[in-house]
Amino acid sequence: MVTGTAPTPLEEELTRLAGSVPDPELPVLSLHDLGVVRSVRVLAPGEVRVELTPTYTGCPAIEAMSADIEQVLHRHGVPEVSVVTVLSPAWSTDDITAEGRRKLAEHGIAPPRPQGPAGPVPLSLGIRCPNCGSARTELLSRFSSTACKALRRCTDCREPFDHFKEL
Amino acid sequence: MTTDPATASTTSPEGLATAAALALGDDALVLSHRLAEWAGHAPELEEEVALANIALDLLGQARVLLSLVGDEDELAYLREERAFRNAQLTEQPGGDFAATIVRQLYFSTYQRLLYGRIAAAAGEGTGDGGLGGLAAKAVKEVAYHQDHAEQWTLRLGDGTEESHRRTQAAVDALWRFTGELFQPLPGLDGVDWAELEADWLSSVTAVLDRATLTVPDGPRTGAWRAGAGRQGLHTESFGRMLAEMQHLHRSHPGATW
Repeated sequence: MVTGTAPTPLEEELTRLAGSVPDPELPVLSLHDLGVVRSVRVLAPGEVRVELTPTYTGCPAIEAMSADIEQVLHRHGVPEVSVVTVLSPAWSTDDITAEGRRKLAEHGIAPPRPQGPAGPVPLSLGIRCPNCGSARTELLSRFSSTACKALRRCTDCREPFDHFKEL
Repeated sequence: MTTDPATASTTSPEGLATAAALALGDDALVLSHRLAEWAGHAPELEEEVALANIALDLLGQARVLLSLVGDEDELAYLREERAFRNAQLTEQPGGDFAATIVRQLYFSTYQRLLYGRIAAAAGEGTGDGGLGGLAAKAVKEVAYHQDHAEQWTLRLGDGTEESHRRTQAAVDALWRFTGELFQPLPGLDGVDWAELEADWLSSVTAVLDRATLTVPDGPRTGAWRAGAGRQGLHTESFGRMLAEMQHLHRSHPGATW
């Protein structure tokens, strides 16, 4: 990992571009919202290296994300782009931005609850229905349309909904 | 292939890391394939999706681990049965749904406890065999696998007479394959294997007790040739599973779509 050097204005611009790519499975979120772009470095003129971290180890979207980032940076005049996958430190749902959480809820997906450092008193907040706002919801299945989501149902409005699981 | 990873040196640090990554990578790959066999057969749609998602998590782990050893595709598709180092538990056929759940209970409990220890050892900079990053990430995913297996074990064990009977049969039948999981893997010096086994036993016992199931009193090792997967000896059904998993790649080398 490159440390110690602050990103240049060009790197900041390229980071913004890479982060603007929509997530292939949840296109309401950008990769920046999801918190998966770790760094963008200019190695030499026209040569850029992007560090990307997967949400889940087996997430099949990572290849599409890499290809999309390459395309966006090519379009902005960077001829050589390498996207590498880094596992450490592990991605957490706490890396999803506040804006990302808002977009998820708006899209009908209950956002993950913040985890933060484990406090002395474990506090378990309920998961609210993204459709009617009720706190009375129940778990239907621990795994839903993708590994990162669980399937729940609202016991008030009866709508089933996805919940982005805490990781 | 110039070197056979199955016989890579186990004296150099590199060889040690390779041996551990191969064993754990094969566990993940083989169990992933076994779980994927449920596609189209699970008792309900939610379970179909859950098992497929667990299989996908395991496949992701396998790709990272096997890539530490060599070319992931060559390792998955071109090795013979005896070059695989997965524990025999992971290759046992899915059987009925109860058998799959019990296999998941035994294995996910092991994996969560082991990855937790590998990640902790990596944090202290001692003997993680180069697997610390993967372990720290995967342990959080595996926690969901374990929770899934525990909830189903409770539901089946404490369910109907029939579900109890079938789950107990699976608990008994798979028991003898669990001892092998605690054979120390070279390179993972930060893992206390005796303590790992004690923790596994107490965790599994607690779940079985709550599920009104009986913890088997039979031996967990020592049955004839049971528990030699880490040495490359496998049970009868594994060859057939490999044939199915590998045949497309072997028939059409390099094919993509």
